[in-house]
Amino acid sequence: MDHPFWRIWAEFRENRTAVVALAVVIVIALVALLAPLIAPQNPYDLAKLVLMDARRPPGYIGSNGYMHILGTDAQGRDLFSAIIYGLRISIQIGVLAGMVALTFGALLGTSAAYFGGRTEAFIMRIVDLQLSFPAILLALMLSALLGKGMMQLVAALVTAQYAYFARTAHGAASVERSKDYVEAALSTPLPAYIVVFRHILPNCLPPLIVVATVQIANSISLEATLSFLGLGLPPTEPSLGMLIANGFQYMMSGRYWISIYPGIALIVLIVAINLVGDQVRDQLNPRLKR
Amino acid sequence: MLGFVIQRLLQAFTVMMVISFLVFLGVYAIGNPIDVLISPDADQRIRELVIRQYGLDLPLWQQYLGFLKRLVAGDFGRSFVFNMPVLELILSRLPATLELTLAAVLGATLLGVPLGMYAGYRPDGLASRLIMGLSILGFSVPTFWVGLVLILTFAVALGWLPAGGRGDTAMLFGVPWSFLTLDGLSHLFLPALNLALFKLAMMIRLARAGTREVMLTDTIRFARAAGESEWTILSRHVLRLIAIPLVTVFGLEFSSTLAFAVVTETIFSWPGIGKLIIDSISSLDRPVMVAYLMLVAFLFIMINFLVDIAYAALDPRMRVRRA
Repeated sequence: MDHPFWRIWAEFRENRTAVVALAVVIVIALVALLAPLIAPQNPYDLAKLVLMDARRPPGYIGSNGYMHILGTDAQGRDLFSAIIYGLRISIQIGVLAGMVALTFGALLGTSAAYFGGRTEAFIMRIVDLQLSFPAILLALMLSALLGKGMMQLVAALVTAQYAYFARTAHGAASVERSKDYVEAALSTPLPAYIVVFRHILPNCLPPLIVVATVQIANSISLEATLSFLGLGLPPTEPSLGMLIANGFQYMMSGRYWISIYPGIALIVLIVAINLVGDQVRDQLNPRLKR
Repeated sequence: MLGFVIQRLLQAFTVMMVISFLVFLGVYAIGNPIDVLISPDADQRIRELVIRQYGLDLPLWQQYLGFLKRLVAGDFGRSFVFNMPVLELILSRLPATLELTLAAVLGATLLGVPLGMYAGYRPDGLASRLIMGLSILGFSVPTFWVGLVLILTFAVALGWLPAGGRGDTAMLFGVPWSFLTLDGLSHLFLPALNLALFKLAMMIRLARAGTREVMLTDTIRFARAAGESEWTILSRHVLRLIAIPLVTVFGLEFSSTLAFAVVTETIFSWPGIGKLIIDSISSLDRPVMVAYLMLVAFLFIMINFLVDIAYAALDPRMRVRRA
């Protein structure tokens, strides 16, 4: 019971909202993972789409014989299936972009702290500069320049977000760098990169994990926004943002469900991730400790 | 102080040069510069004429110098779609965006700071929990979706407010503004609210976090011991102590709101620069993209510069340390 993980969990468990949020995140992740088993229809299989079933309200029983519990979109796609598959894409992109940005940012931040001097000043100046630009603008411009596609989108998201990780890693690593145990490790014949990876980096992980949860939620939201604006993924892989965008034109005529339900799925996911992140951040903030 | 200002000015200049170089690389060197300058419909003769005129047969560094020269002269080329000088086009759209952004940021600050301070003052109260719940929602829910819900609720279902456009405008300083007419205000309300929600959530969180920390300090303990009323403590001491980060955020948020206006303007068909850039991206109107990028970068750097100066004015330690 004395393992740090259990101590963190014991404190985490006291916040019921955060526990519920964590459960929601896990359920959504499982649903997205098992999408082909859960969804009544493969929304990407164009042969299965029946145009007669297009834009039907929730509860409509389509020509395939089952009920579209959330209705259908303009192509006759079952919205429930489309949302599950959309979640899958959104989560994939969010996690991928978050992890790449984490790796890249942490590497940059810790090396800045390790080398110090001019290297540090140079790297951190660039990072600060980038932080002063809003992520959405960078992502917007990059995806406009790079074109559509999964990899282009991830690249745009990573470029827009790595700076947050670099800043956090730099802050944490600078503190560790000046501690005695690091000096001691450096005075042994161990190569410097081992000291950085074995000693400095693991001690910088807690704040990085907090930033990572928030940034994954941000990536998902950013991706949805870009897709909504028509700059994200190609229409063959509709993510949640694109589903919402497709429904936008029908909303004025009262067909609200095409946009609203994917939006709710998106929000539940993002809010849940943020609630978990909030709790973890509060737990790790020493200034709030009594 | 003067030394500090000069140093910051030099820094801003350097950054602007770096960005101009990156934009040049991104749009001219990686993309095909001919696409940037010549409409796809142009015939071969015009193509060659423009290639020579803009020196696209010259080495890269000379091209960059030419690019800079045109930038300084304010020559961003002509928009293919609107067939008018890009600078003129952007300047004609700028007031709409500025109006929207200002309305959103001001609203968010005037509402968010008191709410956040209250939530930080009574962190366990029911109202505070409600405020924080709302702020988490405002923080998490993507702007574009809030916009959709606002339209669906107030324009489609209730029919109280218009769903898009700027409405009637009135002239002030030779520029049309929406906030001067009643119809314009009714058009402004929903997009401004949409744009403000994210900022509101942020202001609430910052003010709350600041207040919580300040309330635990000795300053407040002594103020209480001196018998000052809670209201005086909050309005005199706490507000002043949390003001510095709030000023920074106000400035930075103003510029990021300009960026987020892209989303709001697209949804509410608000004819500002945000809608212009999205339309330009989808119609590959590259001169407009370049000009927008440079203009927004310029605005950002100016705002950052002003925030730095304001910071130094508020906190004398900053002057000593950096200058």
